[in-house]
Amino acid sequence: MGKQRYRITSYIIGGTLLGFLAMALLVNTTTLGENVWLRVFFGVSALNFTLRASVPLILGAMSGILCERTGIINIGIEGMMLAGAFAAFVAKTSTNHWPLMNSLLFGVAIALAVGGAMGWLHAVFSIRYRMDQIISGTVLIILAAGISAYLFDRNAVAEGKFGAIPLPGLSQIPVLGEVIFTNPPLTYTTLILVAVIHFALFYTKWGLRSRACGEHPRAADTVGINVNRFRYMNTIIGGMLAGLAGGFLVLEAVGQFQEGMTAGRGFISLAAMIFGNWMPFGAMGAAMLFGYTQALQNELLLAGVTTVPRQFVSMIPYVVTIIAVSGFVGRVRPPAAEGKVYETEGGSE
Amino acid sequence: MSNQGANELNTSATPVLEVRNVTKIFPGVVANEDVSLSLHQGEILALLGENGAGKSTLMNIIFGLYHPTHGEILVNGQPVVMKTPRDAIKLGIGMVHQHFQLVPVMTVTDNIMLGDESVKAGMLDRRAVAARIRELSQRYALEVNPDAVIEDLPVGVRQRVEILKALYRNARILILDEPTAVLTPQEIEGLFDVMETLRRQGESIIFITHKLKEVLRIADRIMVLRGGRVVGEADPKRATQQQLASMMVGREVILTVDKGPAQPKEVVLNVQELKATNDLGEPALRGVSFQVRAGEIVGVAGVQGNGQTELVEVITGLRKADAGRIQISGADMTNASPRRITHDGKSSHVPEDRHAYGMVDSYSIADNLVLNQYYLPPFAKAATIQQRAIAEHAKALVEKFDVRTPSIYTHGGSLSGGNQQKMVVAREFSRPIQLLIAAQPTRGIDVGSIEFIHNQIVAKRDEGVAVLLVSAELDEIMALSDRIAVMYKGEIIDIVDRADATREGLGLLMAGVKHEPAQ
Amino acid sequence: MNASSLRRIGQMLLIPILAVFTALVVGALVMWIFGDDPLAAYRGLINGAFGSPRAWSTTIRKMTPLILTGLSVAVAFKAGLFNIGASGQFIIGTVCSVAVGINFAGLPVFIHLPLAMLAGVAGGMLWGFIPGVLKVFTGAHEVIVTIMLNYVASLFAGWTVYAGGTQGQTPGPLWDTAAGPISRTPEVFESARIPWIFGDPYRIHWGVVLALAVALLMWWIIFKTTLGFATRTVGANNKAARYAGINVKWITILTMMIAGGLAGLAGAIETLGLNHRFAPEFTGGVGFDGITVALLGQTNPLGVVLSAFLLGALDAGGARMQFDSGVAADIIQVIQALVLAFVAAPMIIRQLYRLRKPSDQIESTVFSSGWGR
Repeated sequence: MGKQRYRITSYIIGGTLLGFLAMALLVNTTTLGENVWLRVFFGVSALNFTLRASVPLILGAMSGILCERTGIINIGIEGMMLAGAFAAFVAKTSTNHWPLMNSLLFGVAIALAVGGAMGWLHAVFSIRYRMDQIISGTVLIILAAGISAYLFDRNAVAEGKFGAIPLPGLSQIPVLGEVIFTNPPLTYTTLILVAVIHFALFYTKWGLRSRACGEHPRAADTVGINVNRFRYMNTIIGGMLAGLAGGFLVLEAVGQFQEGMTAGRGFISLAAMIFGNWMPFGAMGAAMLFGYTQALQNELLLAGVTTVPRQFVSMIPYVVTIIAVSGFVGRVRPPAAEGKVYETEGGSE
Repeated sequence: MSNQGANELNTSATPVLEVRNVTKIFPGVVANEDVSLSLHQGEILALLGENGAGKSTLMNIIFGLYHPTHGEILVNGQPVVMKTPRDAIKLGIGMVHQHFQLVPVMTVTDNIMLGDESVKAGMLDRRAVAARIRELSQRYALEVNPDAVIEDLPVGVRQRVEILKALYRNARILILDEPTAVLTPQEIEGLFDVMETLRRQGESIIFITHKLKEVLRIADRIMVLRGGRVVGEADPKRATQQQLASMMVGREVILTVDKGPAQPKEVVLNVQELKATNDLGEPALRGVSFQVRAGEIVGVAGVQGNGQTELVEVITGLRKADAGRIQISGADMTNASPRRITHDGKSSHVPEDRHAYGMVDSYSIADNLVLNQYYLPPFAKAATIQQRAIAEHAKALVEKFDVRTPSIYTHGGSLSGGNQQKMVVAREFSRPIQLLIAAQPTRGIDVGSIEFIHNQIVAKRDEGVAVLLVSAELDEIMALSDRIAVMYKGEIIDIVDRADATREGLGLLMAGVKHEPAQ
Repeated sequence: MNASSLRRIGQMLLIPILAVFTALVVGALVMWIFGDDPLAAYRGLINGAFGSPRAWSTTIRKMTPLILTGLSVAVAFKAGLFNIGASGQFIIGTVCSVAVGINFAGLPVFIHLPLAMLAGVAGGMLWGFIPGVLKVFTGAHEVIVTIMLNYVASLFAGWTVYAGGTQGQTPGPLWDTAAGPISRTPEVFESARIPWIFGDPYRIHWGVVLALAVALLMWWIIFKTTLGFATRTVGANNKAARYAGINVKWITILTMMIAGGLAGLAGAIETLGLNHRFAPEFTGGVGFDGITVALLGQTNPLGVVLSAFLLGALDAGGARMQFDSGVAADIIQVIQALVLAFVAAPMIIRQLYRLRKPSDQIESTVFSSGWGR
């Protein structure tokens, strides 16, 4: 029964997607593009913005998937992202005199490292010290906000950011080439990562074991799998992905750091993860949907086609998140052992 | 002993597994004390003992989950140290846990290879594993589809998967922990056939149970554990159930409950054509009808997962009925709130899962004893809680129901299982009621508490209460019930008088085979 | 009985005290690592919080909203709910109370002031009602919904005082027409202001007494009434609560409403007592701090008062600390996060100070049972 509903849902989603694609092609290649409303909804700029807004959400959702598939709830993505963004910013500003690419890559590396450290902290809190995982995530969020504000040098300026690299040949395809194959490196990386994570979760030993730890840790333990080691490992990798999302914001999207610049993206990523049923491609789809609402917000304001106050337009992503979470939670199935401390039977010795 | 093992390397004198003087101390508790045992190749050794006798601790030591405080373990004559289950698996020890260690959302293949995966070019080689499973299942007559998802499989098949999981890892020593607890009598026979096949192939088996009949039926040798110590060995050819029982418990046990004939009066609980779904949205009750009269015990038998849990939940208001009707003493209680059913319906409910439903671990015993009456006088006056009345109530009940606790303010969660259940029973049995619904009232508790609770149930019946007893233990159903309803796939397949019921007959019914009276 | 209850209170206080102490030490370490002088910083902090009557009055002023947002989070905790939404509820409470306070000229103070406060409470309750209802009827986790509602609340509040755009966008309904391009409300009428206990320069209003009274009331409700028993049962074991005939759905919604109402009241008191108007920069940071206050106070309303005092002092001392020692006041937020970490994981403190775990203690607050129902 559940499987059939799943199939129907995927048909609906797939159909909508195709329709959307067709519209996008038509609007951007024919005279339909003269209609301002259609441009707002389907124009290249909306699509580009969607992708740009989606990347941090996708990375955040991947971070959530990695943690939660092994049984660790990660509400701290927001904090990990912010820490990653700040770290990237500090790394970039202190290497402004380096060649641009080196400096940017150094920023990415530091964002990954700091994100990973935040993930490690989350794992230590929730596994070793058995802190409630939601509270541990909250600690990370406050900590990241506090430290980044405390250390933020408001005079520092990051010089330069990642630019688009058109893929030879592919970037010539109408519309798609412009939207998908003409992007900066972190965007490509993100899209590739989704496929890699999907493959790794479902077709490798690591994935099988990770999922077992999240579904039935005791079963994993009785066949000799070190459950907590997997949880540590995946939470750290998850932290790195969230850190990368922060790095993306500073090094590829905005180019600078602002206090609280993640603006709830970590939480929206969580919603995307739930919406996508803890599947990488599903979460990516959901993240793109949320990204699209942000793009829409942006396009509506730019086009000036509506008199609705901008505050209400800006609410769209948040309201859509609430609706999505409300409508879908009952229908998806989280990893069974999520949020629970696991102790081996002999562990208390 | 039977030494048909074809590839036997050791002389039959060297046991494949030997436990020497093992002691295991947990903070404050001695779980095993100076336990020794030996297992020979091709032998089925039964380890008999009641709940809390230390069987599971011992097996967890052998499987590397616990480490002995003193003593040593030898495999094939060599002393070994096992730090994790992985070490035990390497030494050819496999364990079939009482609670299956299978991931419900994964396939049989994924579950079996988990932790011992075949990898080809970085990818899981599911095809090779499935082939190996097919080969094994043929050799040991353990039929299973490698591509099936565990949660779609019946319990008996899941158990086969567990056994295959051990065999896949080349286990030569199999530990079966209470393997019959979840099976019908017929499925148990099937399991015994498998065990005999395994024995014939040279496997050695430790069979843990507290069921006397089974031990006598299948074991080559019996060891009895009590209070963490080995209290004796027995030969199944000569021992009797009565002897084993008194070894197990340490005193003479009355295996039957002493009760007079029932005097049923008016109908109290009337269930008509009840339908409901389970948590996954699948139909769990497909039109259940029966009645329970004042002064009788109706037992509901059946293999777990045939709708008994949902039946109790629907009657007590914890689950929604999709169709049908429930009346308590003529009043319609279909989809009434739990409070209305308890209060207006004057009913009590001993829930199946006492930790989840019956009590709050972090509450004191006193608060737990008023869990569903806290809002009534004398425990509450004008919406304020009356601590003194609650304390007096608790003192009286702890005394009357023999709940062993240092104080009525002790957390409920820190009591032993038997005492927790007595606490729940004390709360549910101590108010004036017309209907008692007891689900698995003695699961996982010691013999002393079981006897006590059984007597209390019969006493309620004799007071004129209508009792609905749901239990997975056929012996308990047979000992207490006046009438027995058997559930199969969400239906009551038959209701028989206790006098007409036989183990075999009930077993067939539990397996869904309805025999016509004409036969 | 008496000696043991004393010991119990001692045990309850031990972990929070050590947690705060440890957080201050680690905070000092952080400052030292980044080249600040922790001793000077803490001297400034103590001066700013307790060094003079003015300092004390600042501490008390900062404490007042923290008591209420702390209670908001703590009450929700009791029912097993995690209210990260106190800041949104605070903002909505602020906006609603201001809306009443800048209208209805001529009402007598004994009507206008309570009305304005009730409007704040009602607004907060509505903002708590939404996640409560969504949780009960759709299974949406309150953590995500309340966080999203925080953003919606600030955007909504921003719109109400919006000064209008250059392209002719209409200004918000509460915008102060006299403020020109500045987005803010006018000041509330005199009749809607909470009177001072001590006027300038101390600026302590009767709101602090109200907050303390509300804390006492919450303590009584939670521990002495049947409603409190039901709420605690829902929090400790949801299934057992259902079994016991408690209407879990109603308790969930009601608790979220009470939690929202408390945060809304905090917003109302802060506005009607102190700021007398709303501007977008008055954000609900105290709402987020409520989490730390609640956990540091061991989710006990009386403990919340103590911890609100402590965190209020930290807040109060921060500005003076920055002025005296040049250490950015943002370090306070780091210290608060550390406090939260240490109270939420008593194991760290126990290990650090070689304390033994009380024998019959059962860990209770657990929220992380996944995102499902």
